[in-house]
Amino acid sequence: MAVAVLVVSERLVGEVPDVTFELLGKGKELATSLGGELGVAVIGSGVGELPFGAADVAYVVDDPVLSSYAPSVFERALRAVVEAASPSVVLMSTGTAGIDLAASLAASLGAPMASYAIDLATEGETIVATSQLYGGKLLAEVALEGRPAVVSVIPGSFPADAGRAGGAPRIEAVPVAGLGEAGAQGMSIREPEATGVDITASDLLVSVGRGIGSKENLELVQELADVLKVPLAASRPIIDQGWLPKPHQVGKSGKKVKPAVYLALGISGAPEHLEGMRSAGTIIACNTDPKAPIFEVAHYGTTVDLFDLVPELTERLGG
Amino acid sequence: MNIVVVVRQLADLVEELEVNAEGTDIDRDFVKFVANEWDEAALEEALCLKETVGGTVTVVALDEPDVDQTLWTAAAKGADRLVKLTGNDPDGWVRTRERAARVAAWLRDNQPDLVLTGVQAADDVDGQTAGVLAAMLGWPHAAVVVGVEPDGSQVTVTQELGGGTLAISTLRTPAVLGIQAARQAPRYAPISRIRQAQQSTPIEEVGVPEPEVGALATVRRLFPPPAKGGAQMLEGSAAEVAEQIVEILRSKGLVRA
Repeated sequence: MAVAVLVVSERLVGEVPDVTFELLGKGKELATSLGGELGVAVIGSGVGELPFGAADVAYVVDDPVLSSYAPSVFERALRAVVEAASPSVVLMSTGTAGIDLAASLAASLGAPMASYAIDLATEGETIVATSQLYGGKLLAEVALEGRPAVVSVIPGSFPADAGRAGGAPRIEAVPVAGLGEAGAQGMSIREPEATGVDITASDLLVSVGRGIGSKENLELVQELADVLKVPLAASRPIIDQGWLPKPHQVGKSGKKVKPAVYLALGISGAPEHLEGMRSAGTIIACNTDPKAPIFEVAHYGTTVDLFDLVPELTERLGG
Repeated sequence: MNIVVVVRQLADLVEELEVNAEGTDIDRDFVKFVANEWDEAALEEALCLKETVGGTVTVVALDEPDVDQTLWTAAAKGADRLVKLTGNDPDGWVRTRERAARVAAWLRDNQPDLVLTGVQAADDVDGQTAGVLAAMLGWPHAAVVVGVEPDGSQVTVTQELGGGTLAISTLRTPAVLGIQAARQAPRYAPISRIRQAQQSTPIEEVGVPEPEVGALATVRRLFPPPAKGGAQMLEGSAAEVAEQIVEILRSKGLVRA
């Protein structure tokens, strides 16, 4: 049986991330409807012991050159796997490989591609992706004809459990020549620095976004966090502007948090942010735009201006 | 070091976006177009690199609504040369494959050392520009870049991959980088400087013929996400809303007051 769907396993350090199992679970379903097998591409150094989840066949590229990461080197290995497996669909996540390799892989294969998918289906031979665009404000139904259809999926879109169910996949070692000649070389991988701030350990988080407007205004929300004795968290724009250091960031490129209550102040709710906080017990969102996507995931919302609300909160909670 | 920054216009996400009558694109008639914010980070990094190691910064864009303003702003911030590639439909949704093919055609004739662009854009449904450009040019690439250090004929980049893990690698130049964040927040250009740039820095217009692009993704339908019911809205004045939030926190045992 031919391989219908190939999932790229996206581990750089530590455990295989949840998103790989999410893709394997969805991939199994797609492979079944396309009448083929599910493959997984496992690329790295010393990767033989990693779990392959629900895959029927594992394509392994194991080379010391891959012990650290350089996109063009991994892409060369991935292309070799795609050529060996000849799948109809290639799935990656927007978390790592999808944002780094999917577009170049698809372009170099002359293959169609959809980014930011949150759902996937087949219509006969056509792959249909539902993609989140414009910061989550609009969805696009994207039809991909031509093979392979390359899709990068937003983490958290599918349950991981179905993809974990392990079988005993066939292992195919894929030899790749010239990995050292991709014009790039991985040097090192650094895990996030441990600092005094741990936003993942608090039961309550006060989190601030672009709506705060300026670095000076942060003092307002910092006061609220201080009276509550909780760390101040923030969305990506605050970190990218250099207003707060990286360990405060919630989201795809920051920390995943799961407090009992998450108070989102001036956060619009871009997919990058939602990925990091949607599992919080209770989400309370304050944003002056009633159509902000944050209200879709929040349990409670208000369109009162945060500059009016926060001092009232600080006053009530300060005593 | 000669650096090219590829920038683009994008519908302002602060505004409400309507879908057009065909249901396949946003209604572009009433949308304000602004610079893609990640491209601003790419420009900032390029200007910082120029200040550190010398060289030139050329900013390249397709023909898009209000793009001249974005180009002049770049000049006011310190870009040396402004190029507008014409030939695309200025009022349409230019897909990444077409965008990259047009820019690649120009880059082949203008061999820079480094190409920087924003890591993504809010409508790049068929892939992010940096990777597609690199594939078309056969150059090394990296996305989600938060650090760039040139070193002779190579460049050392730091990428921020899932969960804040950093990957450091070296790339042979010319290379294409998708910038997530510059070493400092994008600088501000006062209106007076932008007006000055408008007088002093011409926008070179270069026509690019219609490129051949491979298998494209077809957007059959664009639509707002179905409302899931979402949040229960707390009504009233700021004081009344604050009171209700305190009550929620109290019910969860998170405050004693």
